[in-house]
Amino acid sequence: MSERAASVTPDETDEQDDDQHATTETELESEREAADSKPAPVTTGAEAVVRALENAGVEYAFGVQGGAIMPVYDALFDSDIYHVTMAHEQGASHAADAYGIVSGEPGVCLATSGPGATNLVTGIADADMDSDPMVALTGQVPTAFVGNDAFQETDTTGVTAPVTKDNTFSTDPDRVGTDVSEAFALAREGRPGPTLVDLPKDVTKSETEREPDGPAVPETYHVQERADPEIVAAAAERIENASRPVMLLGGGVIKGEASDVCREFAIDHEIPVITTMPGLGAFPEDHELSLEMAGMHGTGYANMAISLTDTLIAVGTRFDDRLTGGIETFAPDAEVIHVDIDPAEISKNIHADYPLVGDAGTVVSQLAEAVTESPRATKWRAQCQQWKSDYSMAYQTPDDAPVQPEFVVEALDEATSDQAIVTTGVGQHQMWACQYWTFTEPRTWVSSHGLGTMGYGLPAAIGARLAADDDQEVVCIDGDGSFLMTLQELSVAVRENLDITVAVLNNEYIGMVRQWQDAFFEGRHAASDYHWMPEFDKLAEAFGAQGFRIDEYDEVPDTIEEALAYDGPSVIDVHIDPAANVYPMVPSGGDNNLFALTEDQL
Amino acid sequence: MTRERGLEGPPPEERETPAGRRNTQGIRIDPEVEATHEPRRTVISALVEHEPGVLSDVSGLFSRRQFNIESLTVGPTEDESRARITLVVEEPDPGIEQIKKQLRKLIPVVSVRELEPDAMRRELALIKVESDRPDQVAAVASMYDAKTVDSCPATATFEITGARQKIDAAIETFEQFGIREISRTGTTALARGTDETTGPSPAEATESTADEANHEPYQPADDD
Repeated sequence: MSERAASVTPDETDEQDDDQHATTETELESEREAADSKPAPVTTGAEAVVRALENAGVEYAFGVQGGAIMPVYDALFDSDIYHVTMAHEQGASHAADAYGIVSGEPGVCLATSGPGATNLVTGIADADMDSDPMVALTGQVPTAFVGNDAFQETDTTGVTAPVTKDNTFSTDPDRVGTDVSEAFALAREGRPGPTLVDLPKDVTKSETEREPDGPAVPETYHVQERADPEIVAAAAERIENASRPVMLLGGGVIKGEASDVCREFAIDHEIPVITTMPGLGAFPEDHELSLEMAGMHGTGYANMAISLTDTLIAVGTRFDDRLTGGIETFAPDAEVIHVDIDPAEISKNIHADYPLVGDAGTVVSQLAEAVTESPRATKWRAQCQQWKSDYSMAYQTPDDAPVQPEFVVEALDEATSDQAIVTTGVGQHQMWACQYWTFTEPRTWVSSHGLGTMGYGLPAAIGARLAADDDQEVVCIDGDGSFLMTLQELSVAVRENLDITVAVLNNEYIGMVRQWQDAFFEGRHAASDYHWMPEFDKLAEAFGAQGFRIDEYDEVPDTIEEALAYDGPSVIDVHIDPAANVYPMVPSGGDNNLFALTEDQL
Repeated sequence: MTRERGLEGPPPEERETPAGRRNTQGIRIDPEVEATHEPRRTVISALVEHEPGVLSDVSGLFSRRQFNIESLTVGPTEDESRARITLVVEEPDPGIEQIKKQLRKLIPVVSVRELEPDAMRRELALIKVESDRPDQVAAVASMYDAKTVDSCPATATFEITGARQKIDAAIETFEQFGIREISRTGTTALARGTDETTGPSPAEATESTADEANHEPYQPADDD
């Protein structure tokens, strides 16, 4: 994607033509380099904002132009930062979020004041729930108008306070660039999260010569890297004496770049590993020790193990209710060792017997050093393998029923490399993706976990595509309901010619709602029946993308191959069994070990 | 194409179940531990950057996390760039821990500390009473060291400062004359003696303090 960035480099040829001294190509080149290394000083607040982004190494920004943000866009026009104009601001915030997940660096989104800013909110809230690094820049009406209900005015810092790690109403042109730098540092440092800077139009238009300070967190912000050695020693002793140990790896393992050290620790000591949904990819699911994902739609074996463990080594997880089920029966026999960089996560939902505050990689390394003897857990490991065979994640593909969704997910997985990135919307398709895609690498799973945002998949695929390596495939597994919510972003994928493959698992239902209605609302399908769905393959063609359709099993492999081979955005409208449901399932607030395998067991 | 097996294995009622249980706060049931988790009233003092929006950040935090807050006061300190927020909360220990940790996460918050039960705590009340019986009203006022701030033939308004209980008691005694209006501030507080109300600054708090209050013995809050 680097050539795209290069294509917007300001064309300096006109200037150079007038320069009589630049006679040779080499001289011209060296002068260009000199000009590049010494950027023109900033003259306005908006230029300071853009300079702050450049200083932070930003390559891409996602957004939509508008009145109050216009000065910033004007300054961006001269920058090497490549701006991806999205169809809707929600798309911009999801794309930035996904960019942050895949690259590890904050994704940047921009919007104007009022409706622009409020349209960003869903994506910001999503990033907040999942601790994804993101910087949102919003235009604001001029400071003299603030508080007067001016045209396109919203109290953006007020609206976003509950869903940002920090936000700033920037009122000083001399300070505005530094505010953006600080927002960048805060988004990335410690527990990542979204930050926002609200930029009144007069502040960005005002003259200033003040270059922004480099990215640095404010002095009141403090992150603890290493855990208390005494608690580490006590936890290590507990691990050595465990007879039913389990490691639970959450999203924090991936964000903290701790996958390798966690893998090594688990494999060295032969400890079975479970991941949360955001933790998918932290441990290779094809490894013998992997029990895959626990929780509401986790595997039976993970849920058995997490219910019966006596020593739970939890790293970078916030014990969401979709993971724990009922608190009373969540790992009730376990001494809990909890590693988290955010002290507020310790004992928030599940009491930690061994609270270890610090960076995931650092603390697990501390543990690795302290644990000298592996737990004696041969019987336990055998039990876990037995559960793996008892509750194997297989499914049936009867000839008289339409295509089963699990088959499609597996076929996509088989057709792509281990490095392929999967994005999803939210619903049944997302759960099938969790269950039937074999994740082996961190930063290959991009989904809306905590907030559960339908419509996340396509804009996230756009952000993921730009953050990914060129040879990494990006596959969006979507549902019909989710896809319909943000499919206007296909116009962006087409315009930017992004190589994305979207597989819409189309059952003409808001499927997860329908599944719950069947289980808990006597099958009354209130507003979940979507029999008026458009033909997505034709819709894709209308946008200029490549469209495919699957109705039968024998169409699956070839169609997937063709769609993946297409160099640009393609959409496969996969007509799946409308009756297919997601199992196993732990009913909301239920006991994890009592997961249902069929509707009758709910 | 057809797979034979799929999601088999023993049904829920035939599966092994764990022996233990946790309480609603996620703590493993242990009579000794569980007994200490009754709500208690305590004072939390937070030193914050003196800038717009901090109070709204703090109050927003309390409302959205559903913490039971009794009072919140804020005012400047000896350092003009800092303000002090004093919170009185009533929560079980894990809730108090969460309040401290969540407060500490807000970027403009410099330090957070739960005050000892012997901390100095004061609130102020303005009490406007009917003055049909001025002599008796004056006698009650003097009993509580109340200062007259306004009086007219029909009413008298007193200013009274002290611990919450003292003000409650004064109000109760004034009620016999008929109270027209009351306005009370929340509690403000400082640690006693040379003990600093300001908790450790982030740079000083090097080792894990995340869970310290989970191990602190319970001490009853006792307003002076």
